[in-house]
Amino acid sequence: MSRFITQRLIVFAPTLFGVAVIVFVVMRLIPGDTITAQIGTQTLLTDAQAASLRAYYGLDKPVLEQFTSWFGAALRGDLGLSVRSGKPVLGEILSRFPLTLELGLLALLIGLVLGLTLGMFTATRRGTLADAAGQFLALIGLALPNFWLGTLIILVLSTVFHILPNSGDYTPFSQDPLRNLGQLIFPAFTLGLGLTASIARTTRSAVLEELRQDYARTARSKGLSERWVTLKHCFRNALLPVITLVGIQAGYLLGGAIVVEEVFALPGLGRLLLNAIGQRDYAVTQGVILFIALNFLLINLLADLAYALVNPRVRNA
Amino acid sequence: MTVSSKLTQVAGLALATGLLLTACTAPATPTTAPAKPAATQAPAASGPKKGGTLIVARAEDMKGLDPHKQTAFASFRSLEFIYDPLLTFDKDMKVVPNLAESFKLSDDAKSLTIVLRKGVKFHKGQPLTSADVKFTFERIADEKTAAAARSTFAGIDSIETPDANTVVFKLKAPNGALPAALTTLNAAILSKTWVEGGGDPAREANGTGAFKLVSWETDKVLKLERNADFWIKDQPLLDGIELRIIPDEATILAGLRAKTLDWAYLNDPRIGQRAAAESGLQVWKATSLSYHVLQLNASRDVFKDVKVRQAVACAIDRQEVLNTASLGDGSVTSPATPPFYAAPQADLFCYKKDEAKAKDLLKAAGNPTVKFTVIAATGEPPAALNEAQNIQAQLKKVGIDMQIETLETTVYVNRWLAGDFDAAVALNGGNPDPDAMFYRYWHSTGNLNKVAAYKDADIDKLLDQGRAVSDPAARKTIYTDIQKKLAEAAPWVWLYVGNDYRAGQPSVKGFTPLSNGSNLYLREAWLDK
Repeated sequence: MSRFITQRLIVFAPTLFGVAVIVFVVMRLIPGDTITAQIGTQTLLTDAQAASLRAYYGLDKPVLEQFTSWFGAALRGDLGLSVRSGKPVLGEILSRFPLTLELGLLALLIGLVLGLTLGMFTATRRGTLADAAGQFLALIGLALPNFWLGTLIILVLSTVFHILPNSGDYTPFSQDPLRNLGQLIFPAFTLGLGLTASIARTTRSAVLEELRQDYARTARSKGLSERWVTLKHCFRNALLPVITLVGIQAGYLLGGAIVVEEVFALPGLGRLLLNAIGQRDYAVTQGVILFIALNFLLINLLADLAYALVNPRVRNA
Repeated sequence: MTVSSKLTQVAGLALATGLLLTACTAPATPTTAPAKPAATQAPAASGPKKGGTLIVARAEDMKGLDPHKQTAFASFRSLEFIYDPLLTFDKDMKVVPNLAESFKLSDDAKSLTIVLRKGVKFHKGQPLTSADVKFTFERIADEKTAAAARSTFAGIDSIETPDANTVVFKLKAPNGALPAALTTLNAAILSKTWVEGGGDPAREANGTGAFKLVSWETDKVLKLERNADFWIKDQPLLDGIELRIIPDEATILAGLRAKTLDWAYLNDPRIGQRAAAESGLQVWKATSLSYHVLQLNASRDVFKDVKVRQAVACAIDRQEVLNTASLGDGSVTSPATPPFYAAPQADLFCYKKDEAKAKDLLKAAGNPTVKFTVIAATGEPPAALNEAQNIQAQLKKVGIDMQIETLETTVYVNRWLAGDFDAAVALNGGNPDPDAMFYRYWHSTGNLNKVAAYKDADIDKLLDQGRAVSDPAARKTIYTDIQKKLAEAAPWVWLYVGNDYRAGQPSVKGFTPLSNGSNLYLREAWLDK
């Protein structure tokens, strides 16, 4: 097991290096730099002044030199300073991450609870009206883009109920857990709905598959109730594809968080990244994407470990 | 283009096994609500009340704390509460004393004498003296500061401080526009003793304004508290202002409806119109000085011939562009947007659409194939793409083929600054003073002349004259002349000015908006709660 983990950790290094290179290059391929973004079209600056600003931020140096100095510092844990706020990038990331993590976990929880329930519900009522209705719901959940759903939720809450849980006054969990959950529940639902749908569909087909297996028939022939067969025998096996799915989807939650945080005005990692790209804040963009990539790798590792827990064949291989 | 609005576009970034970059565009906000006349401010039933914190929302955060380095609109709209320039604008866009008690421009417009208010204190306790003013302008002039207004004040030859309350600016050449230029936050007065003692304006704030900085969390919230020692007695009335960042203006409107926000500055006129249609909300509507314009690049082959540019100008019905792109919310504008200086449109070349004339002009130019590409930024201004599409349809009628290229805002800015376009739809910032509006684009030495891509020796001369004169009536004649010449040479087709919207709860009283977008007079506002 430890060998398995070590192997996986070794693969991290080249992946992260690759991500670092790609982000670095892509950011410099997009036209416009930090200075352009800062001065906009209202500028009173002359070209010479803009050039001296570029020199101040080291943007006039060769790209390779910029990369080696940035990456070298990043290896030592120094991700540089944000051009906009003047604060260390690592500090900015760590201060924003708890919100995004909480949002992601809540969305995952919503996705798992609703998705597994709906999946089991439809699988055990295969071919009935309830099955069709459940599948239809799942299809809708898959089809709704989260920026649209988020905007719709905000609109309904504010026009019909005259409430808006988060009006730019986000409260961390540590300060006021109830208020925090009230502010995050709708964004988490928005983010988790797509996940709910795909989990429900995967669970349904996996459970149906298992119910057709020989061992299920054997169990039934021993006189076990259908409920017992489904829950005790098949459900655990049906979880395997669901875990794989969740492992992949959890990484995408970080991407979805960008959109949801923007719509719901949540100061998380996603918004930090979006603003950094818009402002061409290179250090922040690179830092956040590296951080997200690292998380993605860790989530996948966790998914593999969870897989091993559920399936002894993997564990002992 | 005002660097004010935020993307209505939401970019999604997802990391897959490799790196996937996906971008998705949020749907344009529906504009079903018809524009209703804005609710007028209810007269105060009782006198102004003290106290309370005003919860303000806006889409974009400021970019930094140092007032001398800011160029973004959002930065000015925050720092104006903390810092003061020597002069400012009153409600009629007239230059009035601010930190100054009085100011006098000499008849030859070569020296400006400013008498400072007495008893003004910086937030950290230092008294304001003429030495601070001198220090401030030396800091702006210092190349190392990289101050935004360095070129604006490059004409200052020397600064004299005969006593602690008097400052005399001696100019290299006459400059009647200097008082208006001194109203910018980029010339906010800093404390000499504070900065020289190690105070860093990029990390801390030490102004003389109505409010003091409490904390700033980027992209989240800026908290300000009342400056008890403010130089206007009994102001401000509010205990504080909390400026929250909510990137999506539809969400801001939702917050206003839910009454979790007191007041908001809205960039998107469509959201402003929806707020105005909402009962229970108060809306302040002010004609903007910023103008929507179609910039033609006269240095490109397609527009080298003035007749082709004129044909474009004649083929466009400006009112139709306004009606289509901004639901008629605004008015067609002359090249100068401040009402006092705006030239009468009847005197300007082809301000009424004239298709026949456009075709004649093209014939006179030898019937060239006129085909060009216009650049437009996504969501900045929100109406940009609609404007481009309407213009495209109008030009097609006279046989001009215009293609549209939409660009992400910073990419657009990059091309725009480099003058790398055939044509551009833009929302450019106006100014109460015509010198500030015109010189940078149309004088051959202006810092944005490359963007305007048009030079004319006569216009250079007139712009220099406009600067040298201090009498407003005489200046008006000069700038009317400039506008006529510009409209005729048609390097740009000036389209329209929109409205700026602020919306708030009925309990917000005593606020007056300024047409340059400033919210300075929140210092007079109070909460009737």
